[in-house]
Amino acid sequence: MFDLERWQEIFDTIRKNKLRTFLTGLSVASGIFILVILLGFGQGMQNGIAKEFEQDAATSVWVWPGVTTIGYKGMNPGRPIQFRNENYDMSGTLFEDQIENKSPRLFVRDVFVNYGNDALAYNVQGVSHQFQFIENEFMTLGRFLNQQDGDTKAKVAIISNKINREVFQELETPIGEFLDISGIPFKIVGVYGDIGGEREEDRIYIPVSTAQQVFNGADYLNNLSYTLPPVDDFETAVAQSIKFKNELKSYLQNAHMVAPEDTSAIQVYNPMEEAKRFYSLMGGIKFFFWFVGVCTIIAGIVGVSNIMLIVVKERTREIGIRKALGAKPWSIVGMILHEAIFITAIAGFTGLILSMGLLEIVGPHVEVDYVLNPSVNFNVALTTVFVLIFAGAIAGFFPAWRAAKIHVIEALRDE
Amino acid sequence: MIQIKDLHKSYKMGKNSLHVLKGINFNVEEGELVAIMGSSGSGKSTLLNILGMLDSSDSGEYILDNVPIKDLNETKAARYRNKFLGFVFQSFNLINYKSAAENVALPLYYQKVPRKERQEKALKYLEQVGLKEWAGHLPSELSGGQKQRVAIARALAAEPKVLLADEPTGALDSKTSYEVMDLIQKINDAGNTILIVTHEPDIADMCKRIVHLKDGVIIEDKKIEQVRAEQYV
Repeated sequence: MFDLERWQEIFDTIRKNKLRTFLTGLSVASGIFILVILLGFGQGMQNGIAKEFEQDAATSVWVWPGVTTIGYKGMNPGRPIQFRNENYDMSGTLFEDQIENKSPRLFVRDVFVNYGNDALAYNVQGVSHQFQFIENEFMTLGRFLNQQDGDTKAKVAIISNKINREVFQELETPIGEFLDISGIPFKIVGVYGDIGGEREEDRIYIPVSTAQQVFNGADYLNNLSYTLPPVDDFETAVAQSIKFKNELKSYLQNAHMVAPEDTSAIQVYNPMEEAKRFYSLMGGIKFFFWFVGVCTIIAGIVGVSNIMLIVVKERTREIGIRKALGAKPWSIVGMILHEAIFITAIAGFTGLILSMGLLEIVGPHVEVDYVLNPSVNFNVALTTVFVLIFAGAIAGFFPAWRAAKIHVIEALRDE
Repeated sequence: MIQIKDLHKSYKMGKNSLHVLKGINFNVEEGELVAIMGSSGSGKSTLLNILGMLDSSDSGEYILDNVPIKDLNETKAARYRNKFLGFVFQSFNLINYKSAAENVALPLYYQKVPRKERQEKALKYLEQVGLKEWAGHLPSELSGGQKQRVAIARALAAEPKVLLADEPTGALDSKTSYEVMDLIQKINDAGNTILIVTHEPDIADMCKRIVHLKDGVIIEDKKIEQVRAEQYV
């Protein structure tokens, strides 16, 4: 390997057989290039999907009512279901040891929101103090709702960064300002941001108890949401959330006299379960990318061994001459392998650098849904290059070995 | 220099076995210029291949420069070839992507001679065959006679004990043939032992001794008065 004379001999050969070298190199470099790009996009899709699920807490569970579709216990189908405070309180008691955070939600409709003389077009929602952790809100100013706000039915409101920017940009801080909601003043006590971005920042939060009392909500609730305690292992988390979902659903179905097989009366959305489905789809896609990538590599290896076969065939006479001049069999094998490994390595690394470079430059600018910052693990890419070099060497060895065994006389007769 | 005793060789062709060499005995002294003659199928090429360690004999003794040549494996044969023998072929067998000088230097590479020394030696031998100015040319840019002279320079470069030439003039016209023979005679004059396989009587007459093979046995072995090739050049 470190024999300078051998290197000179190989460089001579390469310099004088440029086309052959180029073709071998091309098949190897393109194999690596395609593999890395594919793996990069596999990773990009995974990043993108992970990002899609970031906007709500991963272990959250959302429940909303619908309309019954099946008659049950003497009740007609087509009956709308209405959640009430007692459902929420009961769920909190029943599943106390399973739940981390819980919040009811009341959509406050038909209200007008004003600030000074400006009419604002934002949603108003009544929630509990724990809703912050369910929606994954972070506070940029002030505080979120607290227990006391709920207990005292305080007239306080939490606005978002977006609302702050759009409405209160001239003020140093919106905290302490009053929003007029259908004639009733609400004091702004906090500004939140949503990890999911501005599209999730169209809401003004007020305590649910206040919303029910002030805006004729009686004890109605629009939906219920929960988070479960985080666990380290994904499978356990999924199992836990499916169990909770089923138990909660059967409690609510019982309470509202809904047939167990009625899917539209009580609907439960469970990001964990969705995530599992996406992740297994993702796993499938990743596997597919790997499969295609590995096939590409195999094609590259077949290409290399094909070219090695041709090289050996083409050089049969030369090998005969070299042997007549006193080349030992191992020196022939060494020469051919050395050349093959050298070319594969150079081409492999060229493909690696080009594809990694492309991912580095283009990757961060990719803005497609479900694809985010495609990138590839450098070690994985490096390993594939070495695998390719190794496989190329193996593929090259057999023709080389056969070449070394060539009978000189026959080789010299070869035209 | 070369001692051969009772050399036998047969090839298996399916069920039949073809007995090519049927007991060859002959010796070559240092500095001889021997022509091995015979019609095709007489066994002359087989004999040369065995002498050149490109093929092995079935039985018999072969001693080259007091070294018994036996139990050859590929590696050992390669070492002996490199050390003892220089080859000149009918079809020149130069490596076509290497220049004349690089071709001449190739056996020295396998002798592990350093690169610089290889180049110097290659030029020296090219000069000896009168092709120093052509050192940088590829074989494709040379005429047949020039190619054969490069091949001879290459055979000489390894400083072998014996030079084996298989129909060295077979691919050349008669004028070029005589030029090549003139070169071979001069190399022989310098003390090199040379064996030439040929079927051309005029080429054989330019050697010092003719060994005639027929059907695997030597039917005639005579020393002759050498015809100098110079006069035809």
